[in-house]
Amino acid sequence: MATREIAGKQIEFDDEGYMTDHTQWTKEVAVVLAAEDGISELTERHFAVIDFMRKEFEANGTGPSIRKLTKQSGVPTKELYQLFPGGPAKKAARIAGITKPQGCI
Amino acid sequence: MSSQTPEPIKRVSIICSKGGLDEVLPSLIMANGARMEGIEASIFFTFFGLNALIKKTHDQLKIATVGNAALNLAMPMMGMPITMPMPTLLGAIPGVSKFASWMMKQEMEKLDIPPIGEFLEMFSDSGGHIYACKLAMDMFKLKKEDLVEQTEEVLTIGQFYERSAGASIIFT
Repeated sequence: MATREIAGKQIEFDDEGYMTDHTQWTKEVAVVLAAEDGISELTERHFAVIDFMRKEFEANGTGPSIRKLTKQSGVPTKELYQLFPGGPAKKAARIAGITKPQGCI
Repeated sequence: MSSQTPEPIKRVSIICSKGGLDEVLPSLIMANGARMEGIEASIFFTFFGLNALIKKTHDQLKIATVGNAALNLAMPMMGMPITMPMPTLLGAIPGVSKFASWMMKQEMEKLDIPPIGEFLEMFSDSGGHIYACKLAMDMFKLKKEDLVEQTEEVLTIGQFYERSAGASIIFT
């Protein structure tokens, strides 16, 4: 557990760098977290993924599988991997302020 | 004693040599899971594993219900105890393998595991590489046109090893 100040807010993270309270998340926080993961600009398409992940998390307490994500968010697999290079599910979850995804698909 | 952290895995090459539904899925799940972690991944389909790439057969893969000593594992899917054996003679009755495969597909769908064709597409779109074995293709009289479009190349074993430089090779 660690608390960091991001975009003027005190935000708590677990040991792997995922936010522990998704309600502390704001778009400004997302921009900072994305930059830390090498994504210099968050576009509308990034937010299509992030918003869907947050919606799923709020409904089910866990992030979606990549299959569900690509089928329902309108962002196809190829684009998803381009938007979040090097591990889309984990990266998108971290930037979306939700816990680390546990699924295998 | 070395205190160095082990190197993270960067590349995996998975060899899929068997063609039952329950034999192809683990390869696809592991390969796709690698991509999800940002690990480079390829699957080399050889021998009966090629069944997964053939347009005419890939969505009809089945579980063997004859001579499969671990079928008791599937019993809870039907509400039976996991210790109940599945006699091979029962498995030989026409339609039993089809039924078992159908049942497994239902469970897969619940867990968001795609059917083989969709899974190959998803893996390929994620940047994974799909290769077919030349020798096995020759043996089964198959042409590249018989295989799903995501099949990137037909490779000899030598080419497969070249493509696998620096990768962990996993045989299934």
